Amino acid sequence: MSREFSLKDTRREKSLVASRIYAAGLIMLLLGLMLLGRIFYLQVIKHEHYTTLSQHNRVKILPLPPIRGLIFSRDGVLLADNKPSFSLEIIPELVDDMDQIIEQLERIVSIEQTDIKRFRQQLKKKRRFESVPLKFSLTDEEVARVSVNRHLYPGVDVVARLNRYYPAGENIAHAVGYVGMIDENDLKQLNSSNYIGTTHIGKVGIEKAYEDILHGRVGYQQVEVNAQGRVVRVLDRTPPQTGRNIHITLDVSLQNVAVEALAGKRGAIVAIDPRDGGILVLASSPSYDPNLFVNGIDFYSYNKLLTEGTPLLNRALQGKYPPGSTIKPFIGLAVLNLGLRTVYDETWCPGWFTLPGHAHRYRDWKKQGHGHVSLLNAIAQSCDVYFYTLAFELGINRLHTALAEFGFGEKTGIDIGGESAGLLPSRQWKRKALGQVWFPGETVIVGIGQGAALTTPLQLATATAAIATRGRMIQPHLLDEIHEPVNNENIDLIAVVNKWKIKLIESEYWDDIINAMTEVVHGTRGTARATGLNAQYRFAGKTGTAQVIGIAQDEQQRKDDEKKDIPEKFRDHALFIAFAPVNDPKIAVAIVIENGGSGSSIAAPIARRLFDHYLVSDNRTQG
Amino acid sequence: MDDRSLSQRLHMDIPLLAGLLILSGLGLVVLYSAAGQENSLMYRQVIRLALAFLLMFIVAQLPPAQLARWSLFLYLIGVLLLVLVLFLGDYGKGAQRWLDLGVFRFQPSELMKLTVPMVLAWYFSEWSLPPAFSRLIVACALIFVPVILIGKQPDLGTAFLVAAAGFSIFFIAGISWKIIIRFVALATLSTPVLWYFMHEYQKQRVLTFLNPEQDPLGAGYHIIQSKIAIGSGGMYGKGWLNGTQSHLEFLPERSTDFIFSVFCEEFGYMGVLILVCIYMFIIVRGLYIAMNSQHTYGRLLGSAIILTFFVYIFVNIGMVTGQLPVVGVPLPLISHGGTSMVTLMIGFGILMAIQSHRRLLSG
Repeated sequence: MSREFSLKDTRREKSLVASRIYAAGLIMLLLGLMLLGRIFYLQVIKHEHYTTLSQHNRVKILPLPPIRGLIFSRDGVLLADNKPSFSLEIIPELVDDMDQIIEQLERIVSIEQTDIKRFRQQLKKKRRFESVPLKFSLTDEEVARVSVNRHLYPGVDVVARLNRYYPAGENIAHAVGYVGMIDENDLKQLNSSNYIGTTHIGKVGIEKAYEDILHGRVGYQQVEVNAQGRVVRVLDRTPPQTGRNIHITLDVSLQNVAVEALAGKRGAIVAIDPRDGGILVLASSPSYDPNLFVNGIDFYSYNKLLTEGTPLLNRALQGKYPPGSTIKPFIGLAVLNLGLRTVYDETWCPGWFTLPGHAHRYRDWKKQGHGHVSLLNAIAQSCDVYFYTLAFELGINRLHTALAEFGFGEKTGIDIGGESAGLLPSRQWKRKALGQVWFPGETVIVGIGQGAALTTPLQLATATAAIATRGRMIQPHLLDEIHEPVNNENIDLIAVVNKWKIKLIESEYWDDIINAMTEVVHGTRGTARATGLNAQYRFAGKTGTAQVIGIAQDEQQRKDDEKKDIPEKFRDHALFIAFAPVNDPKIAVAIVIENGGSGSSIAAPIARRLFDHYLVSDNRTQG
Repeated sequence: MDDRSLSQRLHMDIPLLAGLLILSGLGLVVLYSAAGQENSLMYRQVIRLALAFLLMFIVAQLPPAQLARWSLFLYLIGVLLLVLVLFLGDYGKGAQRWLDLGVFRFQPSELMKLTVPMVLAWYFSEWSLPPAFSRLIVACALIFVPVILIGKQPDLGTAFLVAAAGFSIFFIAGISWKIIIRFVALATLSTPVLWYFMHEYQKQRVLTFLNPEQDPLGAGYHIIQSKIAIGSGGMYGKGWLNGTQSHLEFLPERSTDFIFSVFCEEFGYMGVLILVCIYMFIIVRGLYIAMNSQHTYGRLLGSAIILTFFVYIFVNIGMVTGQLPVVGVPLPLISHGGTSMVTLMIGFGILMAIQSHRRLLSG
């Protein structure tokens, strides 16, 4: 390979290189055309496809959740408010290492283990670009700390949200209810497009019953977003429609009196305006703070609610109590209407009643007996023997029919739902439920509201209102008015639903019974005469003391002697039903105090306090 | 001496210079949009361009014969620097590529894109063409020493470009087609071996290239967004400064490696055709200069420079259109960024030197 030898042929060398340069040019041309073809394919043939993708990239439709309507009471008190609150939220797709970012955030914001747990659960449900709240209700200081350090945590943001807040808290919990986070059960029955972006939904009470009215309509925003998902500009906007405001019939100042009276006790109070069925008071004790449920209650608090005194039970609607002697006016009406006795006819009360051919003594609460008693006295003094006798004479079938007319054993149809039907025993019921025949003895004790008969305080209140209105059975309701949020214009007045009219052969029978009930309070021998003293109005009522457990008749004596010593849970329920004023009824109440003892001493005074507050204008604290 | 034209006295080739100026002007226009109208970035790019053109001018003054004599020396210095980088280099973006010279940081691997073709052009031109087989062995060693050193940094993109620059000379030097075919076959077979030695992120790039949709939010994101940008541009584009993909930051690396996608989105297919015409003009002019060189060294080196230039364009466009894996190769004279532009312009300086230092043959 000597140099001289190879140097010779420069011409051949040049043409070789030239041919290779041409070849290289040709290869480059082919490769170039290939690229141009590829670009042509992307830009011209698949143009539409990629334009769509590009639009998808940049244009997002964001829901604008509506603001929930407010709830006011009859007396203008705000019961459910929307309070701005700041929450710490994370958009998952913008975070590389979630554990690390939570760990870092924990250093500047107090985050509970339960927050993290809930966050992780939500993380699974939501889509990656949707903001997931990690911690609610940040303090001002925490908001400031996160805002200052925000650049360190991409995807983390402080979001201002409106949080439902119940200023009256426990006092109105059982009427207004509460909202909570939308869960899987809610999702199944939701109109999901209207709930995009909505986090909370009514769970019980007014909040649940009038969810449609309160929620409003979702709005939309078409926005241009950048790759980080942050909104660059708004392209189009359909504003949301704020939910409508609801005014409920509840009278908060009266409700507060009821709640105060129930403090430390277990029981319920329902007050109704007999003229329109509007619920004035719906109190159940013990109660709970509805605000706990708004952003999810923690396990410990929830467990406490389940175990300590069952505050979640709405005793006014779901509590089933033997009506005791409060059933007597209703039976009395049947007695008159069916012509078994006139109001003057007297029945002998020796202190006990026996069924013909039986030795068993059904005792009166008054050992020595009431002597000769008319219907008026039987109600005023709450004579048991009179009603044992007449219940027996009526028989269970007629008794059942008469009591069913007042809505016992059947749901009242209150608009917030969740009520119990109670139990009005009958032959059919016993055969069906227990597979047994009806015994005459059972009829006897139904006469004093014991045995299988169970009523809810709400049923008692509506039945009392029916007496007050002389037979108008009205569906009780909490909704009063619906207002447009913009101009507060009342757009819907709730029509009174008259369920039916109880017709008596003689309308004076109403007066007779009302007189008897008035005698309970104002009569010299009335069981609640202490309650009626010095009242500025006349009212009618009926006491009741319901046995909690069946105590054998022979033990009756001992029971009376040892009343003070029996454990609280075996003590009688104290009941009282009443309405006022007698000649122009404006309010009807039913009061049940569990294991409270006697109706006259425990329940009746509460009714007086309510009436005084409601009817005597000096006591009203209306602005 | 007096009858020489101005261009010859300045050692500039006017058509090539014009092509490069038009190209870099267009590049600034595209970059202005891609970088989100950021003035400081534009300012730096203009400075860099000016520096690159100045270097081109300086290199053009050197006679190619001189360059040929320095080839081996420059190559050895380059290799020495690469070794130094391995021990003393700075880390940048997870790879060890930079040598801190106090005033500025310097990437010796860039230098090899020129010194490797230079040393090969010199080596081959010393003997008659086509080169004998034994010379090819030596030439291969000359290529692989720097390529392996660069690959170890690791900088696969540059290693590939250096190898491409070297082997392009093999082709121009006229090695037989038989060898070329065997070489291609060998390269194909060695892929699994190469795979074994690759870093995790490099493997990821290849996997992503093969199926970008498998990880649309991770590694495949670049390619998917790039294709959306190109495709949504259509025939006439969305207009300058109106590319949503780039301006809303969906497109990553939009002022550097993926600037072509921005160009496609805003100027459409028509814009692409114009850009390709400019590139083609530069390539054709470059090949013309190489072919008309009066010595083998110039012919080999000139063609290698143009072929490297083409490889840049081809790999970059192939990558952003989803036909080649994502390797960090910029689009010549359009992408933002310094070192590779400087190298390329020095290469064009050499081409100009080859053209302007021709001795007029008498008769």
